[in-house]
Amino acid sequence: MAAELIRGQNHPLSDTRLEIRVSAGQPVVAGVTLNDDQGRMRDAAWIAHPASPRLPGIEVSPQAAADHRLAVDLDALPADVHRANVLLALVSGVGGPASFGAVAAPAIAVTGLDGTEIVRYTVTDLTSESAIVAVELYRRNGAWKVRALGQGYAGGLAAMLEDQGLPQARQLAGTINEAVVSGMTRAVAAPPPPAGQPGQPGQAGGTGRINLQHPNRPAPSAQPAAAAAPAPGQPAQPVAGDAAGHTMEERLYNQVWGMFEDLARTAAAYRSAVDFADSRMERELDQVLSDPATRVGPAADLARTGARAKHSQLVDQARGAFERDVAQLVAESEVVEPALPLAFARWDNPVWQAYRVPGEAPMALRLGDLSLPERVDLRIPMLVRLPLQRGLWVDAGRHGTLSPEAAALDADGIRGLAAETATAVVARLLAVHPVGAFTVQVIDPAGSAAAALAPLLETGALREAPGLGHAGVTTVLDRLTQRVDLVQMAIRSRAVDALPPDLDMAEQLLVVHDFPHGFDDRAVTQLRYLADEGPSVGVHLVMVADREDARGYGPVLDPLWRSLLRVTPVPDDHLVDPWVGHSWTYEPPLAPGNSRVVSQVLEHLAVARQRSTP
Amino acid sequence: MGIDLSKGQAISLQKQDGGSLSAVRMGLGWQAAPRRGLFRSRTQEIDLDASAVLFADKQPVDVVFFQHLVSDDGSVRHTGDNLVGGAGQGGDDEAILVDLPRVPVHVDTIVFTVNSFTGQSFAEVENAFCRLVDETNGQELARYTLTGGGAYTAQVMAKVSRHGAGWVMTAIGTPATGRTFQDLMPALIPHL
Repeated sequence: MAAELIRGQNHPLSDTRLEIRVSAGQPVVAGVTLNDDQGRMRDAAWIAHPASPRLPGIEVSPQAAADHRLAVDLDALPADVHRANVLLALVSGVGGPASFGAVAAPAIAVTGLDGTEIVRYTVTDLTSESAIVAVELYRRNGAWKVRALGQGYAGGLAAMLEDQGLPQARQLAGTINEAVVSGMTRAVAAPPPPAGQPGQPGQAGGTGRINLQHPNRPAPSAQPAAAAAPAPGQPAQPVAGDAAGHTMEERLYNQVWGMFEDLARTAAAYRSAVDFADSRMERELDQVLSDPATRVGPAADLARTGARAKHSQLVDQARGAFERDVAQLVAESEVVEPALPLAFARWDNPVWQAYRVPGEAPMALRLGDLSLPERVDLRIPMLVRLPLQRGLWVDAGRHGTLSPEAAALDADGIRGLAAETATAVVARLLAVHPVGAFTVQVIDPAGSAAAALAPLLETGALREAPGLGHAGVTTVLDRLTQRVDLVQMAIRSRAVDALPPDLDMAEQLLVVHDFPHGFDDRAVTQLRYLADEGPSVGVHLVMVADREDARGYGPVLDPLWRSLLRVTPVPDDHLVDPWVGHSWTYEPPLAPGNSRVVSQVLEHLAVARQRSTP
Repeated sequence: MGIDLSKGQAISLQKQDGGSLSAVRMGLGWQAAPRRGLFRSRTQEIDLDASAVLFADKQPVDVVFFQHLVSDDGSVRHTGDNLVGGAGQGGDDEAILVDLPRVPVHVDTIVFTVNSFTGQSFAEVENAFCRLVDETNGQELARYTLTGGGAYTAQVMAKVSRHGAGWVMTAIGTPATGRTFQDLMPALIPHL
């Protein structure tokens, strides 16, 4: 099956004899320019265009047309050609449209000689461009690949040719256009320039352009215009969504995890090299010391200096390799972060400002950021799959190594921050689920989290007030326990239809503040039951608690704490990656200081809810 | 075309066009020899394991084998354990991929070994080979044939070591005895 490429994506070519099909819905000029390894056209002969349609290995059509078939034989290209760009340009001076923004998005298909499609690419999001490099075929390590480019030039062909380093670009562009225009006038029945958009076939409403973009793929983020092919030997420009997956969401999810793994591994390489350098220096210094003959004197000094020099050389080398990899990851992160969908985005991402209630639940949620001490500014999104497989424990205690800011907070400060963190997580969970697909219930026996819960209550994100006191704890827990029992029974006996009709089928989230205040033994047992059995039947748990408060229960609660994913309200290095076991610094998903984004999102959600329940 | 290496022969991993290799694959393929006896067609299962040991200044620092498929730094990857070998002549049954530019700077030698985990000697293995492939284009750089082996259960195949700015591969082909790479460690040291 043909691969549908997105801008920037590449694909290997196994065949060297290819046909490139262009369908534009408008007469366009199609041509191919050749570039050397510097990305430059050597001279004006390195282009196949309507006035000169044949080059060794390339044949293009001699006139403008809505559909083109270009023949390419990559083996027949001169050996110093490293890239062949397939260009499309609008004809000027014949009354046709002046820019690609006014015509349907051109589609390119690269096929084998037998007509089987290898890749296709639709060049979307064009505006004022009158010439584009649609795709490029390039040599990489002796093999050919195709990359979807969609690089447009508002300055037309001349600007494009100039960009490829051709001095007489303007002149050549003129020649090409003239040849095409004369071809059009000569033609017996030149395609009439369409009178207006509504006349075009396949357009239902008659307003606006046809959007040929895949419905499940978000518009490509504003990429830097310099998306041109990298020089050979340089790492490729990072592209958001450059990972395997059926949907853009899945690709980005996999890409983020890929970045996570890459950073873990490159840090492991760096750390092991430094450790090795340290231990080698120590050994060499020990050797000098252990031999009384060499212990003192110039020979000893020399040996010591030598050992230190070897150490610093290796460490420098390791640092260099690490910096190189991290620079690449930083560049990737800069492209990926703005492209992330709601559920993966930080609160400060503009996507939250343009919040709309999603139609379906996401595959994962960003629970915070992860970073390593070597490079604290490179923050990897911590994505966890939804529905949550484990409950969360927002640790309101003060243990572990505290950062200076955290150490300045007193116990109540941390508790307050923990409650806020829980609210931020709850708000994210609510916001990324469709209306009515996620219900939150809160237990706040002592009412101590009232301040942090205010945004949820004011906007009506909580259907009912938090459970207060022992009675509140019992009511909520009883109801959820009963629900878990019922749903489990129904699933086991395959009688899901028999569930009571008034049962809320939404995913349930229970937020417990002030644990174990207001809990008796029965309630604790119920809570443990919910933590164990809940996730499989859509009942999830967020605990905001300090483990010390529940010390009275002894080891009974240990399994509960272990079963929950611990997150902290202040940056803390307690999370371990699955590959090499580094300790990562976790940062909670709190909105920046004075941002109102969380309340705005919740208000928006409340409006959408009211609309859906008249 | 791949070079058939003989023991001790070294080839530089520079490409003909001057660039150096970026990714190589050590592939291992084998087939169990038919047993003699009444049921001639019956073959026994032989589990050969490919391993790669990363050395820094003659100290082992990491190892990639069937229980640790990716080196901590991610530069060396084992494609997975094959317990029975190939049905016939041809492809690699186990492979180890090495991303040379990403190998940590302190690692200067990677030694590839083959062990018979099930304990059969190489005399009972047929069509066993080990080859080094340029992973970027699938071209075979070197091939080493294991068959005709004697009564030993392991072999130190080859090493890839830093040489100047690039890497050099040396065929070693020393027989040894042991079920896993741990048993081979003493045999590896002389080759560093």
